[in-house]
Amino acid sequence: MSPTMSLTLKVWRQANPTSAGEFRTYKVHSISPDQSFLEMLDVLNEQLIINGEEPVAFDHDCREGICGMCSLMINGQAHGPERKTTTCQLHMRKFKDGDTIVIEPWRAKPFPVLRDLVVDRSAFDRIMTKGGYVTVNTGNAPDGNAILIPKENADKAFEAATCIGCGACVAACKNASAMLFVSAKVSQLALLPQGQPERTQRVQGMVAQMDSEGFGGCTNTNECEAACPVGISVENIARLNREYIRATVVGLT
Amino acid sequence: MMTAASPLLNGRCPTGPVADRWQKCKDELKLVSPNNKRKFEIIVVGTGLAGASAAASLSELGYNVKAFCFQDSPRRAHSIAAQGGINAAKNYQNDNDSVNRLFADTIKGGDFRSRESNVHRLAELSVNIIDQCVAQGVPFAREYGGLLSNRTFGGSLVSRTFYARGQTGQQLLLGAYSALMRQQHVGRLKVFPRREMLDVVVIDGVARGIVVRNLVTGQLETYAADAVLMCTGGYGTLYYLSTLAKGSNVTAAWRAYKRGALFANPCYTQIHPTCIPVHGEYQSKLTLMSESLRNDGRVWVPQKAGDTRSPDQIPDADRDYYLERRYPTYGNMVARDVASRAAKERCDAGFGVGAGGQSVYLDFSEAIRRDGEAAIRARYGNLFDMYQKITDENPYKNPMRIYPAVHYTMGGLWVDYHLQSTIPGLFVLGEANFSDHGANRLGASALMQGLADGYFIAPYTVSNHLATRKLEKVTTDHPEFERCLAETRSRTYKLLNINGKRTVDSFHRELGKLMWDYCGMSRSDKGLRSVIQKIRGLREEFWRNVRVPGSGNELNQNLEQAGRVADFLEFGELLALDALTRAESCGGHFREESQTKDNDTLRDDANFCHVAAWQYTADDRDPVRHIEPLEFNDVPLIQRSYK
Ligand SMILES: Cc1cc2nc3c(=O)[nH]c(=O)nc-3n(C[C@H](O)[C@H](O)[C@H](O)COP(=O)(O)OP(=O)(O)OC[C@H]3O[C@@H](n4cnc5c(N)ncnc54)[C@H](O)[C@@H]3O)c2cc1C
Ligand code: FES
Repeated sequence: MSPTMSLTLKVWRQANPTSAGEFRTYKVHSISPDQSFLEMLDVLNEQLIINGEEPVAFDHDCREGICGMCSLMINGQAHGPERKTTTCQLHMRKFKDGDTIVIEPWRAKPFPVLRDLVVDRSAFDRIMTKGGYVTVNTGNAPDGNAILIPKENADKAFEAATCIGCGACVAACKNASAMLFVSAKVSQLALLPQGQPERTQRVQGMVAQMDSEGFGGCTNTNECEAACPVGISVENIARLNREYIRATVVGLT
Repeated sequence: MMTAASPLLNGRCPTGPVADRWQKCKDELKLVSPNNKRKFEIIVVGTGLAGASAAASLSELGYNVKAFCFQDSPRRAHSIAAQGGINAAKNYQNDNDSVNRLFADTIKGGDFRSRESNVHRLAELSVNIIDQCVAQGVPFAREYGGLLSNRTFGGSLVSRTFYARGQTGQQLLLGAYSALMRQQHVGRLKVFPRREMLDVVVIDGVARGIVVRNLVTGQLETYAADAVLMCTGGYGTLYYLSTLAKGSNVTAAWRAYKRGALFANPCYTQIHPTCIPVHGEYQSKLTLMSESLRNDGRVWVPQKAGDTRSPDQIPDADRDYYLERRYPTYGNMVARDVASRAAKERCDAGFGVGAGGQSVYLDFSEAIRRDGEAAIRARYGNLFDMYQKITDENPYKNPMRIYPAVHYTMGGLWVDYHLQSTIPGLFVLGEANFSDHGANRLGASALMQGLADGYFIAPYTVSNHLATRKLEKVTTDHPEFERCLAETRSRTYKLLNINGKRTVDSFHRELGKLMWDYCGMSRSDKGLRSVIQKIRGLREEFWRNVRVPGSGNELNQNLEQAGRVADFLEFGELLALDALTRAESCGGHFREESQTKDNDTLRDDANFCHVAAWQYTADDRDPVRHIEPLEFNDVPLIQRSYK
């Protein structure tokens, strides 16, 4: 058995969207290095409940790095210190006995805090409604192999499509820009033949919605890529910019 | 025990040749005229593959759809976590696959406990699913020439599984989600995220709405409709530790059960052979390593019990590739229940490896030598990364250590061929129903079923319900809505006011352990009888001693969980009772009293070739067991063998 850890946690507590929040300090003990970060928070919550306090609210579901539900700024980093890792897949072996860990929600105007560490990311869904799809009704599809797609394009489209929509890119960006998120979807469909007919409307619609939600502009600091738990590349942002210029020049033709 | 066919369970399966039945059914289904469609309201609970595909397709037809999920976005339903792939009888690999072969494999995989009519339809529809998903822009794996690529999954000798690296579920769900978002844009569909369904409202015997809790404000809300579709996924989290998402629950299905929907085969649970082993008391969930890994990984344990050499120091001659030894034809690709039990058998006999001897090796060294590390990385990169993150071991260098874990539930609400439950107007799709996988599900077939149900079956059969049933206009002012709302409110109030000493999680863990120990991979008459008593005791303690902090008028995750665990504490007993009554082994249901001399399942077709569906009576009375007999005309009823 590897030795366990004692930690000091400074956690953001906020009762509801309108109340002022504050940091509160808690101690946890006997944390195993093989425990995940959320399992460490589970320990804290069990302790709080037994002591008659309210547990810390945080979003999570799959706990295997794919649903995009978990979040958390951990010591100022979105999803914590380990690259290409969601909070639920971050393990306590990345910390040391005696560490103090600061835990906050995503901080971005378009993601208002609902309670403690839980934020509202529905802006992402609204961006998707403005073009993050191919218009094809059920039952209309040709044979799967009738559409040939070179492996290289399929692979690139796949890589863009692996975005889990967690919002770390926005949280990591000083401008709260959603460019990485939007570019991932635009790129996936721009790289595939199925995405061509609606290429122009898609990029225009999604970018307009992104702007109206209050996400900031991109100033190329690449913090988004560094924070992305699935490694979505900023190359996609360059492609989004090209797609946008193309759409503006081509117009709706 | 009732032994004759129950009149309550009319499967409505068409007759005639199995291959013509779906067409025959469709020909007889009534249509709603295009102008009338917009007058109908449909509720879809759940936005996984089944729910999202159904909601989008019904909205495309012109109905008004409301879609509900408990996550903050429909894209996060647990279908997102499916890794390995989706089956389709395309025969693109020219390996002599066909609809018939997929049909027969699935019937056999389910150990002859599913309906032939349903399974054949599933195999037929499998080919349309792939086309639909490709058209949406789902980036399936491709060959250099641009054609779709395939891999092999367990329980089959052909290569019919389509995949998107280790993220097939994610890509399929995002495809269905995109269709959902498009319909939201069109304006005929609205998504209600962060809502938990707590009751179904039945008026004049027909499902007409739901009660949900708004998880942000805590408020209870009611919604009325002309049809309700439940697509709420599986209940594997009953076991606490499972590969399911933490929020997965039986609550929606259990509420429907208590309002009159029969619950079929609850004891059919799938324990998946290749998961990362348990490593500590604090653990909150288990992680699957996709079955696709068995394409290249070889499963083994040392020949000698207690061999403590590191795996690379154990020469081939001292290894026992027990699946290849016991099942030479299928080898590492046997069906899941068989692989799981074989792993348990080796570990119980003292041959297991790792801490506590509770795991076996899944070894890629031969594949890496043969194809190179890069090729293996391209096939399974994300799975290997995930393994390394969790265990801190490098699976490219050392074999993975794996052990079976709860993964899927074949049981679910009973549905007829239209996917309608015993409550008219209440349809059940995806993992939440019981229909297609019998006593064991083959890999890559849950995604197929969820999408077949949602894209291609429910749109037709729900239309038929709307076209043929006289549906009075109902609003949420109806007294039945008020009554359900009041009952839900009082249950919440009760939970919040117990103010005991134990946390919700501690009850859930204890229940999960009971279920795993007595109702997991191996079950016995004696154990099941005792666990029923233990569950009752635990339930009694829960309602006396649980502590749920906070109030009902706010975001309160502990309250959400308390409601789910309260339902599990009732449902667990039903599952155990079903397991006790089914005194045979079949698929994932292994009764120690009923096994072959090689420790394989031994069915009792004379007494148990049927679906068991349970009817709720009252909280203090036993439920009634109903029977739907199963007939096998197209796949001969034989003892399953993977030898
Ligand atoms: C790790 C893992 C890997 C898998 N890999 C494969 C694979 O490779 N191939 C394969 O075929 N199958 C696989 N499966 C199985 C398959 O993913 C699932 O069976 C399938 O996706 C279930 O889909 P569904 O739509 O029925 O339910 P889910 O995707 O579980 O969706 C359930 C929905 O219901 C909602 N919901 C649930 N309860 C409530 C409630 N009370 N109120 C409101 N909403 C509610 C949820 O919010 C969610 O939207 C895998 C499963 C797991 C766990
Ligand atoms: S909980 Fe699903 S990605 Fe972290």
